Amino acid sequence: MLEVRDLHVKFHNRDREAVAGVSFTLKDGEILGLVGESGSGKSVTAMSIAGLLPRKKCDYRGDVLVDGEDMLHANRALLRKVQGNKIGVVFQEPMSAMDPLMKVGKQVEEVLEIHTDLSPEERKKRAIQALEDVELPDPEEVYNKYPHELSGGMLQRSMIAAAIVARPSLLLLDEPTTALDVTIQAQILELLKKLNKKHGMSMLFISHNLNVVRKLCKRVAVMQRGVIVEEGSTKKVFFHPQHPYTQHLIECIPARVKVIARKHAEEEAEEAGQMQPAEGGQTVSADSGNAASADSGQTGGDRNG
Amino acid sequence: MKYAARRILALFITMILVSFLAFAAFHIISGDPARAILGMNATEKQLEMMRHELGLDKPFLVQYFNWLLGFFSGNLGISYSYRQPVASLIIPKLKVTLVMVLISFVIIVILSLPLGLRAAQKSGSRFEWLRTTINQLCMAVPAFFLSILVSYVFGIILKVFTPGDFPKMERDLFGAIRYLFFAAVCIAIPRIAMAVRMLKSTLIEEMEKDYVRTAISRGNDRVEVLKKHVMKNSLVPTITFLGQTMAEIVGGSIVVEQVFGIPGMGRFLVASISNRDYPVVEALVVILAFWVILSGTVADLINQKIDPRLKLGGRA
Ligand SMILES: Nc1ncnc2c1ncn2[C@@H]1O[C@H](COP(=O)(O)OP(=O)(O)OP(=O)(O)O)[C@@H](O)[C@H]1O
Ligand SMILES: [Mg+2]
Repeated sequence: MLEVRDLHVKFHNRDREAVAGVSFTLKDGEILGLVGESGSGKSVTAMSIAGLLPRKKCDYRGDVLVDGEDMLHANRALLRKVQGNKIGVVFQEPMSAMDPLMKVGKQVEEVLEIHTDLSPEERKKRAIQALEDVELPDPEEVYNKYPHELSGGMLQRSMIAAAIVARPSLLLLDEPTTALDVTIQAQILELLKKLNKKHGMSMLFISHNLNVVRKLCKRVAVMQRGVIVEEGSTKKVFFHPQHPYTQHLIECIPARVKVIARKHAEEEAEEAGQMQPAEGGQTVSADSGNAASADSGQTGGDRNG
Repeated sequence: MKYAARRILALFITMILVSFLAFAAFHIISGDPARAILGMNATEKQLEMMRHELGLDKPFLVQYFNWLLGFFSGNLGISYSYRQPVASLIIPKLKVTLVMVLISFVIIVILSLPLGLRAAQKSGSRFEWLRTTINQLCMAVPAFFLSILVSYVFGIILKVFTPGDFPKMERDLFGAIRYLFFAAVCIAIPRIAMAVRMLKSTLIEEMEKDYVRTAISRGNDRVEVLKKHVMKNSLVPTITFLGQTMAEIVGGSIVVEQVFGIPGMGRFLVASISNRDYPVVEALVVILAFWVILSGTVADLINQKIDPRLKLGGRA
């Protein structure tokens, strides 16, 4: 589905490479977490995948293959076909990521306008369906609202609706929950999990919070200063971090949360009849894995909220 | 709708306030108008009669209210120097200035929108320094100098019009408009330069916003983003600017009318001030203030239609 090979990005006005040799793959229907502190190159990685790098302002090399098509060097015509259609992107700040003067529904529809020749009525129907898919209470009403009339959580749901309305096979989520409060954050994670299950959409979920990633992703990559320093099953990385930087990230999570997390992981493993998470949870089958992580996400939300 | 009603009420109240201040100010500085009209040799009895005729023997507030009521019925008082109703004196001059200002405004809008768009697109290109220099030159050139230059080149050398010989609008409308066109260009040029600079920076600023990246992530190219999102978002500051322009070009017309010898409001205002013809000055000041406030109000009302956030009366 997605393969990134030895990606390097260096901005002309910076001394250091923003991304300095990143490689990872994302399988069909998988959710991969990408964590790392601010400035570690997570967003630049995502922008490279989505074809959003400001090409004139940086040097870049490597391969970014989305279903075999090279996004890093693609021309504008190819990018245009893929963007929004095959790849949906959700950004951190829903308020500024939306055009303040365009109704939410019209922004959700925009992708369809570009990539399909559906009639306006059909587009509207699909947009309202997408708004319903993201569990907005009154989709028809939301369709006619302006961004400033919605709360942050509702806006981020609308952004997700806009990103999935054309049923892309890959969803890039660049810190989609960071700007939201904890309860809303948990709800959005739940929603993403459902969407992933329902549509089999692959997702790259970016966050600087390992604990958030733990609730959503089975596999996680840890980034520091432009390189991936550790990669593996979330449980393994969370409970047995190998790299000092990952250990440092985990130390930042409150002890109370860690105790609860461990308890849940153990319960999960017992329920699923699997080995202790301590010995590594990479081999869990897709089904039970999804169910288990959905469960821990739910409780995680309650606990935080 | 409620917002519009509020704005119009505010316009009305501001006008009442402005008219009161104007009336009070000229009441204080004008001294004794009867003496001014009749001259030093007038007898005390003649002066009394004149004061009575002008209504100056009544209390100040009564005088003000009479004057204000007169405004609504088109009676702006009697000119001291012409001994004629102010309204009949200034209306033909207002027409001339209004036509000139409107021509100027149309030129500004027609030229600055495409030029501004182009300047934004070409930003960072090789000849940007040339554009910027020309722009700054146009912005800095004084209106009177521009007027002299245009009169000389188009009037005296090319003989497209005859400087100093303004055709009466009633008799030769086309000739009058042609004459006014050259004056209007002189008023427009510095303002176009300003508009282009403003548009350029607004568009560039908007292009940097997060929603542009979102739009591109959906498959739009830059031109589509410009058309679908950026232009509309740049409209609010542009309309505000055009509102200010509407107000300011009237000020600019004063100098240009002097140089071109156009019998408009600006020239009449200057003449009336030096003649101490206070009823005329008062009326013109109130009309000018009304024009300025009206321009701002209209711009705000349009903006509020464009940007739903402004309906809350809060954030821009
Ligand atoms: N347009 C740009 N021009 C110059 N440098 C940039 C640009 N975008 C990103 N960078 C630099 O690239 C590096 C990586 O930035 P990036 O945004 O990928 O970090 P991040 O991991 O997403 O951090 P955050 O958690 O703050 O979003 C940073 O040092 C940043 O300053
Ligand atoms: Mg980022």
